[in-house]
This record gives sequence, C-alpha cells and structure tokens, in this order.
Amino acid sequence: MKTLRYAVLVVLTAIFISPLVFMVVTSFKSVREAVQTPPTWVPSPLTTQAYERILGATETPVFRWFLNSMLAATLNAALVVTTSALAAYALARLEFRGKKVVFGLIISTLFVPPVILVVPSYEIVGRLYWLDTLAAIIVPTAAGAFGVFFLRQFFTQLPRELEESAFLDGANRWQVFTRVVLPLSKPALATLALLSFLTNWNDFLWPVYVLFSPENQTLQAGLSTLQSANSVRYDLLMAGAVVASLPVLLLYLLAQRFVIEGVSRSGLKG
Amino acid sequence: MTAGRPRDGLAASLFLLPYLVLFGAFVLLPIVLGLWISLHNWDFTLPGKPFVGVENYTKLFDPGSVAFGPFWDAMQATGIFTVFSVPLLILIPLAVALVMNERFPGRNMFRAIYFAPYVLGVAVVGVMWRFLLDANIGAVNAYLDALGLPGDTAWLSSLPAAWVALVGVTVWWTLGFNAVIYLAGLQDIPQELYDAARVDGASRWSSFRYVTLPGLRPVTMFVTLITIIGSANMFGQSFIMTNGAPAQDTRTAVFYIAETGLQQFQMGQAAAAAWILTVALMLLSIVVFGLFRLRGSVDA
Repeated sequence: MKTLRYAVLVVLTAIFISPLVFMVVTSFKSVREAVQTPPTWVPSPLTTQAYERILGATETPVFRWFLNSMLAATLNAALVVTTSALAAYALARLEFRGKKVVFGLIISTLFVPPVILVVPSYEIVGRLYWLDTLAAIIVPTAAGAFGVFFLRQFFTQLPRELEESAFLDGANRWQVFTRVVLPLSKPALATLALLSFLTNWNDFLWPVYVLFSPENQTLQAGLSTLQSANSVRYDLLMAGAVVASLPVLLLYLLAQRFVIEGVSRSGLKG
Repeated sequence: MTAGRPRDGLAASLFLLPYLVLFGAFVLLPIVLGLWISLHNWDFTLPGKPFVGVENYTKLFDPGSVAFGPFWDAMQATGIFTVFSVPLLILIPLAVALVMNERFPGRNMFRAIYFAPYVLGVAVVGVMWRFLLDANIGAVNAYLDALGLPGDTAWLSSLPAAWVALVGVTVWWTLGFNAVIYLAGLQDIPQELYDAARVDGASRWSSFRYVTLPGLRPVTMFVTLITIIGSANMFGQSFIMTNGAPAQDTRTAVFYIAETGLQQFQMGQAAAAAWILTVALMLLSIVVFGLFRLRGSVDA
C-alpha cells in the first residue's frame, strides 16, 4: 500500500513537471518536428537553430532583452535591499516621533492591488521622461512595502546585546548598522534580494505598456512580441521561453531553500 | 517604547529618507493622483485635461453609455475566473501541503518541484501553455486523443474550454506558492495536540477535522485573501494565451483597464474603473475576513 501511494505520487509529480520538460525539449527541435503530432520527447535531429535564429534577430533581439532584464532585475534588487534595509533599521531600532504613523502608513499599502497604481504611475513615469527606458522598470517597483516589512521583522528579532556592546566600544549608529546589523542579517538580505530579482524579472503588465522599442524590451515583455511575430513557430517561442526562464530556474535550483522559506515566512506574518 | 523622546530624530530621518522618497513618489502619489485623474477627461498625450467630476464613474454605471458594456463584460470575466480559480487554489494546495507534511524519501525534492512553476513569469507560462493547448498540434489534445477522449477541443478560443484552460494553467502555475504557505502553517501546529487527540482515540479524520483544520484557520484566511486578490487581478494569462478570445469573453478587468488607460489613453476612465475594481475587492476582503472570524467564534 505504501509503495503504491508512493508510485502514485511519483507519477503525478512527473505529469506535473512534464510541461516544463517538453518546453525545453521542443526548443531543440527542428521547425517541422516542433509541430509534429503525436509529440516526440527526444528531438531528432537535435538542433540549436531556434536559439541561433532568435538571439540576434533585429526585430526580436532576445539576447539584448536578456541583458536588459538582467540589468533591470539586478539594479531593482539592489535598490530594494538598500532602501528597505535603511528604513527597516530605523523602524526597528531608532526612537523618533511619528514612528508608528510612518510604519502604519507603509504597512497599510502592503495589500493595495497594483492595478490602482498602473494608470497614475504611467503619468508620473511619463513626466520623468522614463517611458521606454529601463528606469521605468527599475525604480517604481522598488517602492513596495514588502521589503521594509520583511527586514523590520528580522531586525527586531536580532539580539540587542551585540549592538549595545558595539556602542560601548565607541561605535556610532552607522557603524553599528553596517558592521553589526547587516552582517548578522545576510540570510534575510539574500532572501529579499532573491525575491525582488524574481519579481522584477517576471514582471509583465508594466513592461508591456511602458516599453515600446524592440531593443528596450525586457524578456517577459519581449516574449509577447516574439509570439506576435512568430505565432506558430513554436520552436522559436519555446527557445525564447527557455532563455526567459533559465536565470530564474538556475537561481531557484541554487537557492531553493531561501526562496521557499522567504515565501512561507512572508505568509505567516502577513 | 519611548515615542515621546525624539532622541534619534536626525538619524531616523536620514535612514528613512531614501525609501520614503520612493514610497512617496511611486506609492502614495499614484494613489492620490489616480483619484484626481479619475475626475478628469485625462489623455496623457493631449495638453487639455478637462475636469468632469464623477462622470467617469457614472458612465461605468449607465447602461446607455459606450463604456458600460466593455467594462462590465470585463468585470464579469474577472468574476468568473475568480469564482472558479479561488476554491481550487485553496483546496488543491492544501492537499499538496498535507502530503508534503508526511515523512517520505525525497520529500524536499517533491516540494521543490511543486513550487518550481511559480518562479516562472506569466509570459513564459502563457507562451508555453498556448503551445501545449494549441487545438491542432498541441500536446494536450494529442494525449487526450490517444486516451480515446475528444482530442479537438479549441482550448483557447471557445467557451467554456478557455476558462478551463485559464483556470487550469493558473492552478498549475501558483499551487506551489499556496502549498508552501500551508506547509509552514502545518508545521506550526504543536505535535502535543495530535498526541492528545490520539490518546483520546481520535481517528485520522477527526484529528484532521478538530486539530489540523482549526490550527490552519489563520493561514487559510491569509491564503484565501491573497488568492482572491491575485485572481481578481488576473491579466497575463488572458493577454498571452487567449488575447481575450472568444470575442472579448476572457478579457479581464485588469486587461480592460490596461488597454483603456495605457493604450487608448482614456486614463480618466481607466482610473475610475481601477478604483471600482479596488473598492469591490476591499469589500469582498472584508466579507471574507468577517466570515473567517465568525467561523472562528462558532468553533471555539
């Protein structure tokens, strides 16, 4: 009975993940084999022509999009971690007037649906002359409340003694923050950086509407351009989808625990 | 708490400044500006933005106006998607989490696999499933055919198949996220409660019913709320997989708002629609919250 249940689980899990496997397999197929029925699971011949075709195409420069997405997601994660860590430390450890109001205001926006921000943000980004630039992808989404909420929680739980003994040794606020608090918080900072990178990398609605030029797209927005340009070239589309998921899947493989624990912690304290 | 003693005032302002600049410019300002825009005939590309009062709102509630039909069709699409996806996204991840909470070889690997689709963007998920669900050459129809089932369903361009496809793909994509949150909740239920139930001779079902379910109530409420918010904001799946087809039947409210505001630049109209959707969502969240509180007091 136990073995039977385990077998069922293995089969269900294999079916669950098979679409992803099939996507990768198809990206290495020839044009004709990609649309052949019944579908094949081992490409023959195995070819990288789909990748060669899309990576440098002028209307759909997938490699350029890859660099854009990398740059945007990396800078966004850096901006989120820096600004949130500073603000979260003030809210966790410093005493000042209006602290509760500031914290309450930030937290109250945690569940504001993003759709309410879309139209006015477009207006603001337009006034800043950021339309069709990566700044529009990097900066506005870094203002979310999650990072502050997440790091404040972590900082509050750090033992105060370490900071206090640093003060006794003559350190000032800034030194305590950079030499005691931040090094102790590496796991939390890494988790936040990872989640921010993933979120920014995968953002879709916003880049679709604020980026226009082919060379300025992110990979996710670009995929929909790629789809309109090659609606039945599934070999090309699957190659594009593989390129668009490779970095996040790699990050996930390497830091799976951080991602999953970050998500589950965000849930419990929400 | 020594809130009255502003001894760290200067340091605090400096620490807070960078974030608050971002927060002010890209969260607070948009919320207020959105309301302001919704009171105007606001086109980003035109210099004149005449004030029209609540006209953008009344138009959306006036069956005679041209804005009425498309908006409520889109709200209906969002409603259908939410009604069918939310229960599945509450129940299936719970089942997955219960299985993953057992001890068996390779448990962490299974957990990682069920979570994996969630790290993919909606564009990847959409493009991939549009291929798999293609009516003619898609793998889904090919395997249905091989099993002797109807293998010619137009998954992306007919009803109700398109809803089955959109809901099914969303469940596949996000069930791992909800499952991970449930799993954390399960691991927080004290083992002593299960031991006590066993001593009292409780069956597996009654220990699930009287220990697990009540213990999971706060987590279930959280999952329910974020799933409702997520489903009610669905956009990418429709945009990529069906592009609203058949006709405009699967064009969701967020799809309508994005097209109206950011493509046709009727930003006042779109901002008003976004506020109506948001207020509807807030009311729904309050009802859900109230229901969970009520259930809690009945059980206790």
